[in-house]
Amino acid sequence: MRALVWHGANDIRCDTVPDPEIEHPRDAIVKVTTCAICGSDLHLHDNVMPGMEKGDIVGHEFMGEVMEVGSEAKSALKVGERVVVPFTIWCGECDQCKRGNYSVCERSNRNKALADKVFGHTTAGLFGYTHLTGGYAGGQAEYVRVPMADRTHIKIPSGLTDEQVLFLGDIFPTGWQAAAQCDIQPDDTVAIWGCGPVGQMTIRSAILLGAKQVIAIDCVPERLAMAKAGGAITIDFQEESVVERLNELTGGKGPEKCIDAVGMEAHATATLDSMYDRAKQALMLESDRAHVLREMIYVCRPAGTLSIPGVYGGLIDKLPFGMSMNKGLTWRMGQTHVNRWTDDLLNRIQEGQIDPSFVITHTVPLDQGPEMYKTFRDKRDGCIKVVLKP
Amino acid sequence: MAYYNRSSTGDNLARGLGWFSIGLGVAELMAGRTIARWMGMEDKTNLIRAYGVREITAGVGLLALGDPKPWIWSRIAGDAVDMATLVAGMEDNPRAGNARIAFGAVVAATALDVVCAQKLHQEEAYYRSLPVPDYSDRSGFPRSVSAMRGAASDAPIGEDMRTPRILQFQPAQGQTAQSQTATS
Repeated sequence: MRALVWHGANDIRCDTVPDPEIEHPRDAIVKVTTCAICGSDLHLHDNVMPGMEKGDIVGHEFMGEVMEVGSEAKSALKVGERVVVPFTIWCGECDQCKRGNYSVCERSNRNKALADKVFGHTTAGLFGYTHLTGGYAGGQAEYVRVPMADRTHIKIPSGLTDEQVLFLGDIFPTGWQAAAQCDIQPDDTVAIWGCGPVGQMTIRSAILLGAKQVIAIDCVPERLAMAKAGGAITIDFQEESVVERLNELTGGKGPEKCIDAVGMEAHATATLDSMYDRAKQALMLESDRAHVLREMIYVCRPAGTLSIPGVYGGLIDKLPFGMSMNKGLTWRMGQTHVNRWTDDLLNRIQEGQIDPSFVITHTVPLDQGPEMYKTFRDKRDGCIKVVLKP
Repeated sequence: MAYYNRSSTGDNLARGLGWFSIGLGVAELMAGRTIARWMGMEDKTNLIRAYGVREITAGVGLLALGDPKPWIWSRIAGDAVDMATLVAGMEDNPRAGNARIAFGAVVAATALDVVCAQKLHQEEAYYRSLPVPDYSDRSGFPRSVSAMRGAASDAPIGEDMRTPRILQFQPAQGQTAQSQTATS
């Protein structure tokens, strides 16, 4: 089969690789009909996320048709069923899964010993996202093996297109959880850093959950235009001061809820701390660039909430933690507990409350994936979300 | 926003110059005295070491700090300073020949820097000339934003995702902030 394969920094290729096979009775094989490049895939492409190995198949946002089901998954899945696969693999049996904390499933990471060493305790296995999270083959491929498939799936009813439901596997519930864990109240101002795909979903989620004012921060004109279409007041951080504008929009008090939809690769701007981060990251003295976190801590209203769906991988430097402590900020973060949200979100898509396909700007065959990684990374050609067709 | 394409000819050249900067900078820093002696400018040893730090900074900037254009221009400015230093050092210098060789090398590097800067600006002009796609109609909602605001306020969100009442900014209906605190 063909698949997008990681070969090193800035080197993802469309290779021919062996077809996946059932390895465990709970597995299923899914024929991928549609997949997408996620913003967090760019961290792998840029090689700032440790734990990749040459030959790894990437991709964690995908859906398709069930082709083969292991003996222990047959009660939950049937050949021919259409499924979206969540990016977090979960067993449904461990203490964390029983509490709905699927992204920290205690059993799905087959490299648990390594994750225990690095993270202190393991988190869930993820598709196509480093050997720290299991080293599972990803879904930017013609076929994929889904471990623990009796749990790790979202069944899709007929009548909905792939494009409408694909993002249930990651960015839609990720944006939703980012907003939900802020516990948005009707008088809240929610400030969202980053208008990439997750940021766009977060904006819509905050509106649907009833925020009085949603403010989106970015510097790419077409992304800001899309954010505005979704109901956000926009701030171009290259044109105006984020802190001054946020204070102006909140009567000097600061936003009650701040959401980081950027993560570890915050762009270098004219600010000193951004350049410091880029230089330290280049010299391998720091893994993550924390400009957004610093700005959120500074501008958030005391006793407010910081929500972090953006992916961080390791160490950050010069974080004003004393400021955060003295302001009594609440931090909410983590990978998304995808299946906790998907029944509700699927209903909302079916009812027509939202159509997540609004974010798609490019649809290309799988073999054009490597080039689209670069287009997406460089934000060329108005690229916001790339969908691939194997 | 600054436009740059990290796979373009201009960017590849900038990266090459970034590595060259780092190499030259390390050499100037570590072997400043040897280089100064070779050019007959022993009194400029510390200055050459300082230029090494400048080269390393420009190299890191070109390789890791996003838009390479400001760093290429900083290299061109540095080249001018290098040339001025070399010209001043050629007077009454028994090794002026070596200084002239160094001057020639700086001129060659400057030419590459200028070509690179030109290429990067051309690429930016090209990207700026492309039409910006219009996404202003992509709300994702079936009705206006104001109609959709709060449409999911009944969403099933677990208690673990909720903010403790005392930390909420708005008192519940019919409660004052004070009574809310008292009952929490």
